Amino acid sequence: MTPLLAAQIGLTLVVFVALLSSAAGMVYMERKVAALLQQRLGPYLVGPKGLLQPLADVVKLMFKEELRPRAADALLFALAPIISATCAFAAFAVVPFGGDTTLFGLLPEGLRLQVADVNVAILVVFAIASMSVYGIVLAGWSSNSKYSLLGGLRSSAQMISYELSYGMALAAVLVVGNSLSLTELVNRQAGTWLGFIPRWFIFLQPIGFFIYLTAGVAETNRAPFDFPEAEQELVAGYHTEYSSMSFAMFFLAEYVNMVTVSAVATDLFLGGWHGPFLPESLGWIWFLIKVAFLLFFYVWMRWTLPRYRYDQLMRFGWKVLLPLSVANLIVTAAGVLYFGL
Amino acid sequence: MVTLNDYLALSAILFAIGAAGVFVRRNLITILLSIEIMLNAVNLTFVAFGRALGSADGQIIVFFVMTVAAAEAAVGLAIVISLFRHRESLNPDSFTALKW
Amino acid sequence: MGSEALLFYAFGAIAVATSLLVIGQRNPIYSVLLLIASFGALSGLYVLLDAPFAAVIQIIVYAGAIMVLFLFVVMLLNAPHEDTDYDERVHPLLRPGPMRFGAALAALFLVELVWAVMRHGGEAGQFAGGAVSSVAAIGRLLFTEYGFPFEVTSVLILVAMVGAVVLARRDSDVDEPSEPSAW
Repeated sequence: MTPLLAAQIGLTLVVFVALLSSAAGMVYMERKVAALLQQRLGPYLVGPKGLLQPLADVVKLMFKEELRPRAADALLFALAPIISATCAFAAFAVVPFGGDTTLFGLLPEGLRLQVADVNVAILVVFAIASMSVYGIVLAGWSSNSKYSLLGGLRSSAQMISYELSYGMALAAVLVVGNSLSLTELVNRQAGTWLGFIPRWFIFLQPIGFFIYLTAGVAETNRAPFDFPEAEQELVAGYHTEYSSMSFAMFFLAEYVNMVTVSAVATDLFLGGWHGPFLPESLGWIWFLIKVAFLLFFYVWMRWTLPRYRYDQLMRFGWKVLLPLSVANLIVTAAGVLYFGL
Repeated sequence: MVTLNDYLALSAILFAIGAAGVFVRRNLITILLSIEIMLNAVNLTFVAFGRALGSADGQIIVFFVMTVAAAEAAVGLAIVISLFRHRESLNPDSFTALKW
Repeated sequence: MGSEALLFYAFGAIAVATSLLVIGQRNPIYSVLLLIASFGALSGLYVLLDAPFAAVIQIIVYAGAIMVLFLFVVMLLNAPHEDTDYDERVHPLLRPGPMRFGAALAALFLVELVWAVMRHGGEAGQFAGGAVSSVAAIGRLLFTEYGFPFEVTSVLILVAMVGAVVLARRDSDVDEPSEPSAW
């Protein structure tokens, strides 16, 4: 058990716990920001400024009764939230969130802050995101209820439609960055032009950033694309029949997916952990700031924009976003060829 | 030490399982799934040989096989849907009459 | 090399076991899910064979797209089990007629294949050193040497898309403009 191996195992545990607590933090941030946007107070009773509200929520969810409809398929009913939560966590395994750090000199060499350094990291994130469709469609099917089935089928159709634009936006970044490994793409964004404009890919790919973020919001079933779980239409969509911890797992999966999409967007477009004033080994602080900004943007969008109707949503995905992402890819490829980046 | 023969034997076993599925099962969807198993066994053979010969051709052929499998699954399932709408059955034995 | 052999046998066992369950299950949804597990095991085998690109596109294309298509069709058709009461009581190998013949044929096929593969051992058995695994090299080869099959494949996909839409269309849609669909 070399110190490096111990550090890597510790890193895995730290990432897992951090994702769990980020979901809890997101619960609080969502309710507080929603309240402030709607000119009310939000949670303020439980703990100072309501900071212990997520803890209260978790305890409440744990104590609820676990129900299962009698006609539901028991195995699939139990399996669906597991698939959702597992894919959400697994996708974060290849996302780097910091430069090499030696933990203040304890380690003989740098430990990259990434659970697994794969040289096809972008494709792995994409692959695991496309597996998370199964959690939703199985939840919808196995609940044996019409709201769940409709919600599950609509939601999975939406997810597989927006996966195309998601992939094309990623492909455009690959063309600019010349590598599939997330670490290498981040390292290409180090440094500045003219001394003060950072070399982030968002300046080279503004439309790509917009497409990626829109497709990411649609992938994670967040507003304004959350018709499949809209209360006014489908009770609660695919997680209607779930209660207690299974429901908590779906919620957890949704928030961790949001964090993953924001983290990958930060790595690809916003320069990852590079930023002024801090040395490389403390770059994860910048990473957290950027991811927090994107998560705030998510919450802001949810409570500001009205919800898309399902056919409008599908029309937008296929007739607007997909041609736009293809055009973006072609223009990017032409630009790289002509300007020789 | 895992040799090429081990991968080929595994691929042969998977192919035989897929073929057994096509021969024995009486459900159109399961027959299509068994065809997918056979295609995957062939993919494994290609990748194993590509590795053994040190060329990337194996993975490229796998790319094409996957694309063809996707197209074939789509058209096959469309046919299954229209057959099911007609006879309300997925048993191939109920489609033995040559009239629609 | 012990860990590689262990992983090979583990993934191989999962692939074989789940494939056997796929053809043995009555419920088509379980068959589809077990096949997804089998694809996952195969993806692991591709990683062992130094083919990360093949591994990842196996998950993206096969497990993530084609199987979703199968699952949608099975769910929308509400596909019934095909077995009658007779089938549930008697094992396939013991049923008279085509099924017993088919099962025996499959067993014979398996024996033949394994015998053919194991016959040529020795000099072709070992893996040569070094594999071409970089995606850039694959891409370069794909667009230069295999450019024509690449273009033909895109036409094939287009034809398949149009064909699937036409084949699965309801007859009533041909005559009149379609009423708003249920979803």
